Amino acid sequence: MVERTPILNFFTHLILFVGFVFCVAPFVIVAIAASHNLKDVNDVPMSLLPGSDFWVNIKTAWTTADLGPKLFNSFVMAAGVAAGKVIISALTAFSIVYFRYPGRMLIFWLIFVTLMLPLEVRIVPTYAVVANVLSPYQAIMDVTGISWLIEKISGVQVSLSLGLLNSYTGLIMPLIATATGTFLYRQFFLTVPDELTEAARMDGAGALRFFIDILLPLSRNNMAALGTIMFLWAWNQYLWPLLITTDRSHATAVTELKQLIPNVGGAPEWHIAMAGTLIVMLPPLIVVVLMQRWFVRGLIATEK
Amino acid sequence: MASITIRDVRKSYAKIEVVHGVNLDIASGEFVVILGPSGCGKSTLLRMIAGLEEISDGTIAIDGAVVNKLEPRERGCAMVFQNYALYPHMSVAQNIGYSLKVAGVPAAERVQRIQAVARILELEHLLDRKPMALSGGQRQRVAMGRAMIREPKVFLFDEPLSNLDAKLRVQMRSEIRKLHRRLSATSVFVTHDQVEAMTLADRLVVMNGGRVEQVGTPAQVYSRPASRFVATFVGAPAMNMLEGTVTLEGLSLLGGSRRLAVSRAGLPVGSKVAVGIRPEAVRMVAPGTPGALAATVDLVEELGAGRVVYVDLDGAPFSVVTSETVHPEPGSAIGLQFAESDLHFFSSETGSRLDVFKASVPEPAL
Repeated sequence: MVERTPILNFFTHLILFVGFVFCVAPFVIVAIAASHNLKDVNDVPMSLLPGSDFWVNIKTAWTTADLGPKLFNSFVMAAGVAAGKVIISALTAFSIVYFRYPGRMLIFWLIFVTLMLPLEVRIVPTYAVVANVLSPYQAIMDVTGISWLIEKISGVQVSLSLGLLNSYTGLIMPLIATATGTFLYRQFFLTVPDELTEAARMDGAGALRFFIDILLPLSRNNMAALGTIMFLWAWNQYLWPLLITTDRSHATAVTELKQLIPNVGGAPEWHIAMAGTLIVMLPPLIVVVLMQRWFVRGLIATEK
Repeated sequence: MASITIRDVRKSYAKIEVVHGVNLDIASGEFVVILGPSGCGKSTLLRMIAGLEEISDGTIAIDGAVVNKLEPRERGCAMVFQNYALYPHMSVAQNIGYSLKVAGVPAAERVQRIQAVARILELEHLLDRKPMALSGGQRQRVAMGRAMIREPKVFLFDEPLSNLDAKLRVQMRSEIRKLHRRLSATSVFVTHDQVEAMTLADRLVVMNGGRVEQVGTPAQVYSRPASRFVATFVGAPAMNMLEGTVTLEGLSLLGGSRRLAVSRAGLPVGSKVAVGIRPEAVRMVAPGTPGALAATVDLVEELGAGRVVYVDLDGAPFSVVTSETVHPEPGSAIGLQFAESDLHFFSSETGSRLDVFKASVPEPAL
């Protein structure tokens, strides 16, 4: 900044503070509500002084919603999605940037267009595929008459079926494809000097060797940034896990929070719900705190 | 060690041809410098030898074996890049040893060879550093080490000194020369810097517009440039060029305003020529000296050991390099004198050398 006067300093800090309050206030209220007992939390207005039942509520929330296994499920899913997205987007971008083949740009734009088709839009077909991964092949065989032919010749009726409902694979796989990540990697790979590629070629490194030895170490900041964002995104997924986990043992922590929300006619146990919310919010928070340094570097600076 | 044979090599990007049929033979152990202005195709030619660019037409053979379809790693070439192209996340030792690691050389042998190369290049104390923590000259040496460790048949240099400051450039120049004497591997060095080219080369290849203009030792290229382009490109300050016509008495220069009495051995009267004379070959004499060209001093550049005098010859730019302790004042009149054997004649149409005056021609008084 060019000027630094006391008045300007005051106003910038004021704006900063107001923004901070807006961001943090909901969390503070959740934390306070989680420390009240049943009576206090339903007072209108609710007391903004913390109560004394925090640990009791946490314990109740933990056992009621069976959060231990659910947090584990969430973690497996979020970590799986984050890792999958990082790997697949790095590979896709590598192919698009470093290889010349027909239809390369078409493929890039097709990937790019999927930005406009989030999971919610294509959830019905995606569900159908996950319910039976082989259904597209079955359809192709039916339409082309191959299954009819096989039935005529061998007498075996072709009916392919491989369901992924209520499995980690089913939770993770459909969320892995990512245009954002591919784009992020593409932009990064474009900044890697051509001479580096050529030096690696002169040193005798093949394409995959170059990818693993040179490109991946150079893009570790990108990886951290993308991984963090995608971990948070996957952790907060609600609709997809809700849809494909019919069995409660595969449910994630975020969907299980619903178990804590008071039903109509039930006791208004908001203090328990808030305590559960706090628990579920914690792991992403830890990830952000741990990854923050890498994360910021990956998004702003290109190391040169 | 290997010889390189380049036969009618062409390179086109889409429909535009940038290298128009180059023929060149590089002997085993020779240090060849390809010199030319930017965009003349010299880097493209080097990269075609390296295998980084496809060869559109013609053949390149290393040690007699055509390498057109071979990958860079199969050609036995090592390359030093202009911007060093060091792997930023690897230490100096890892950078130097990477090609060995790729080739699957066992770790113990790798360390030994890295040490050996580092000793030659005086990099031993820097082996654990990252390239970021090195100076330009050190990075340059690491880049050379990376090329050396493979013990390649051919060294390729792509303007490796152009990112260094003037002092370091001179130092690295002599180090490259020393290294070549030590390893005596065939080397091809691309540059646009003629001083670099003259000092390094066993043989000089001057390129322009995708064509080879002249191949020869630095002395040959300097003293008998094959074309008008080579004449003006090699040597600093550039060779003076005067347009003229051959007449019965000798030469009519600058649209007839000046005359030179020279023997016109073989040149038909009336033919248009460009007459070149090196600034170093011109002597300044008192105005009015018989046979001298009269001129006016424009500007004097002091170089310490000598000076460059820019003079006005009826509007045509002309420079004189002198080491004599004369200090002509700008605006003063002087006479310019030179030996007939120092004149170079080029065809005005094609720009190629017209060999009128052989070196054996006795020096006539002008």
